Amino acid sequence: MKRSIFTLSLLIALLASCAPVDLNAPMPAFETGIDPNTWAQVPAGEFHLGQHEDMAFTEAYEIMVTDVTAAQYADFLTTALTEGYVKIDGENILGYYPGDEFRGVKHEERINAGDWLLIPLNDPSQRILFDGTTFSVQAGYENHPMTMVSWFGAWGYCGFYDARLPTEIEWEKAARGTDERPFPWGEEIARENANFYSSRDPFEDMSSFGSRTSPVGFYNGKNYDGYQTRDSASPYGLYDMAGNVWQWTGDVYEGMHYRFLRGGSKDTYDMDLRIWVRNNATPTYFSPGVGFRCVR
Amino acid sequence: MQFIKDRFNYLFNSTKGLILVAIAMVGMVTAVWGMLSGPMAEMGVREIVVKALGMQIVQAEREGRIIILYHSIAMAIIAIETYMVTGLLKMKESFKTAINAMITVGYILTMVFGMGFAYFGRNWAFHGLYITGLSLIFFAGVLLIIALNPWNREYYITDKDYARTKSGFDLERAAFFATAVTTVLSSLFGAVPGSYYGNGFETFLAENIIRIPHKTMMEYSVIGHLHIMLALIGIMITLIIGRWLNFKGILHKIAMPLMILGTIVLNLGVWGVVTPLEPVAHMVIYVGATPSMFAALLLLIWDWNKLIKDGTAHIQKPNLGHKLSALVRDPLKFGPTWQMLFMNFTTSGIGIFMAVKLDEIFRVWPAREERIELTGHWHVLSAIIATIILLYYGDMNGFKGKLRQWYGWSIIILSDIAFAAVTVFEMKRLFISEAEQQPLVNSLMYAIDFGLGMLLVLLAILLGWRLIDLFKPQGRWAEELDHELTEEVDR
Repeated sequence: MKRSIFTLSLLIALLASCAPVDLNAPMPAFETGIDPNTWAQVPAGEFHLGQHEDMAFTEAYEIMVTDVTAAQYADFLTTALTEGYVKIDGENILGYYPGDEFRGVKHEERINAGDWLLIPLNDPSQRILFDGTTFSVQAGYENHPMTMVSWFGAWGYCGFYDARLPTEIEWEKAARGTDERPFPWGEEIARENANFYSSRDPFEDMSSFGSRTSPVGFYNGKNYDGYQTRDSASPYGLYDMAGNVWQWTGDVYEGMHYRFLRGGSKDTYDMDLRIWVRNNATPTYFSPGVGFRCVR
Repeated sequence: MQFIKDRFNYLFNSTKGLILVAIAMVGMVTAVWGMLSGPMAEMGVREIVVKALGMQIVQAEREGRIIILYHSIAMAIIAIETYMVTGLLKMKESFKTAINAMITVGYILTMVFGMGFAYFGRNWAFHGLYITGLSLIFFAGVLLIIALNPWNREYYITDKDYARTKSGFDLERAAFFATAVTTVLSSLFGAVPGSYYGNGFETFLAENIIRIPHKTMMEYSVIGHLHIMLALIGIMITLIIGRWLNFKGILHKIAMPLMILGTIVLNLGVWGVVTPLEPVAHMVIYVGATPSMFAALLLLIWDWNKLIKDGTAHIQKPNLGHKLSALVRDPLKFGPTWQMLFMNFTTSGIGIFMAVKLDEIFRVWPAREERIELTGHWHVLSAIIATIILLYYGDMNGFKGKLRQWYGWSIIILSDIAFAAVTVFEMKRLFISEAEQQPLVNSLMYAIDFGLGMLLVLLAILLGWRLIDLFKPQGRWAEELDHELTEEVDR
């Protein structure tokens, strides 16, 4: 009898682990009041770079206050398709990239000039829809960060609007300001500061689909149907510089094809939300936890 | 007063007492600091522990804290292995006393003041005492090398069942010696960059820089150091288990030269990482690892063969069922080599698969995914070594009958459930997407937490029993006081 109970429990646990995940489960809709079309000014000057606070310098630049949203990206694709800036190849959207210099360093892979994947359309996690002429966004995700976008897709978007991806240094200064804080809002992190793994925000359900993105600028001190957030803007007024989605940066380093990502995401523990933490991936990588913003 | 004196004498002046103290120290650190990460952090336990203990967690110091935590646990494990070596191998009593005393003071200083420095404010006096502790362990290692000197004719052997040269040079002792020498030398590959990076906080975790193509010599040194030290702890426990089980015969004669060769070549490869020979160093490492792992396989074959033979001696024509039953009859004797075999599925196998498919699979994933594989497989390796120690310690406690079965099988089954789940977790991206992984992740986490949690409960019960025993006038401790490990080697 005891053995049967044990076997049955094990079987239930195994079956539960194989349960399909509803990727289109209902999503709470909130307006954050943060306009994704606004840009913040970052002045020229020195700041503390990295974990051990080396001094670094940047020129002045402007950076988007939020990540690029799915709605912004859909608009871009519609216009860019009309202008021939992007093309459709089966279920993929491609765009031209001029290539990187190949130095043959160990593990380095060639990034040749040519058409590269911007986004896939057939992935179940993709929130961009295409009706043959126009791109749109799955309902509820309009003000969420654009995800499932490769580095080429992020690079292409920024370039289309005469902007570019931030360098890692620019990204870090925009997140940190000029003091030595580890998080954009200050010294410590609480669950109400950002969307990270098991942060118990209204968008996650750890028993089924796990973490999901939150609308850009969600952590702005507002109360959303009883869920009280903390105002977690960076010193320059940027939102989501920690958590929600990893953000592609623009540096292309000598001898490596990897591109670097910053900020941590909905899928990482709080330690990865510290400002200096770096992640990297091949430029063709895309994920429900990766997005971007631009500078100019 | 005599009460305290007797107990102190047992705990700090007998091999089994010293092992008990070190296991208790590791158990306490693991239980408390295990609550600062993973699911415990998710459930909010971390905040409670941090507040209750008055820890000072500075975000920028996380990497330094973790390095000190790893060292605190590793030094206690090295002390346990050293006690086992001094208890199992012949050496002058004065050497044994000096080595055990030095390493005991060393690891306790390292653990108490290292953790004090790392988690309870930057008290630089604590840091000094932490370094003093590490230095004492280093000098204990030097003394161990002298004590093990296999060229000392006192230690030549005549028994032809064991690996030896014609003149009687003991090749098993030479394998212990080679492992001790290379361990002491390899520790310098951590000590030098440790000093370079200064205060223990301006440092990095190796898994965070793996994809950076150009690394400095100091960075390579740290990477080499952590790999080789764990490998050497693994090699030493294999030799210890072999000695406890009284490994001998033709397989012993083949295994010991391989163990010596493998240890030396493996070390040369790892040391080569910090030299201009770096491009070929990995090939040398593979060449060195192969004989070492083959020698461990020979120990496994010999052990299982012996367990089967001993267990079926009373049956004239044993069938497969009899043989299997005999093999698993004693979990404490079967367990250590089984765990070595299991390690191939959770550590070596994963490592080789990663090396073969690195660019094709693992380097297509983001660095954070690769980090999970790296940290996962060396945590499992460390934990497997710990379970082997606990299995041997169960035998030292003289467990018999059902208690022996429950203790042994609990360790094997609980740990293997957890390690298997960790391995699936590491490799999950091969068969499930990020978006769909959560139910699987939940189940794996339950399995990991259940396995490791229950293992810690088992350890707590064991330590609780040993604590109560200390209050008895003639408890188990009194029996163990003058009992040496050599007396318990299989005959």
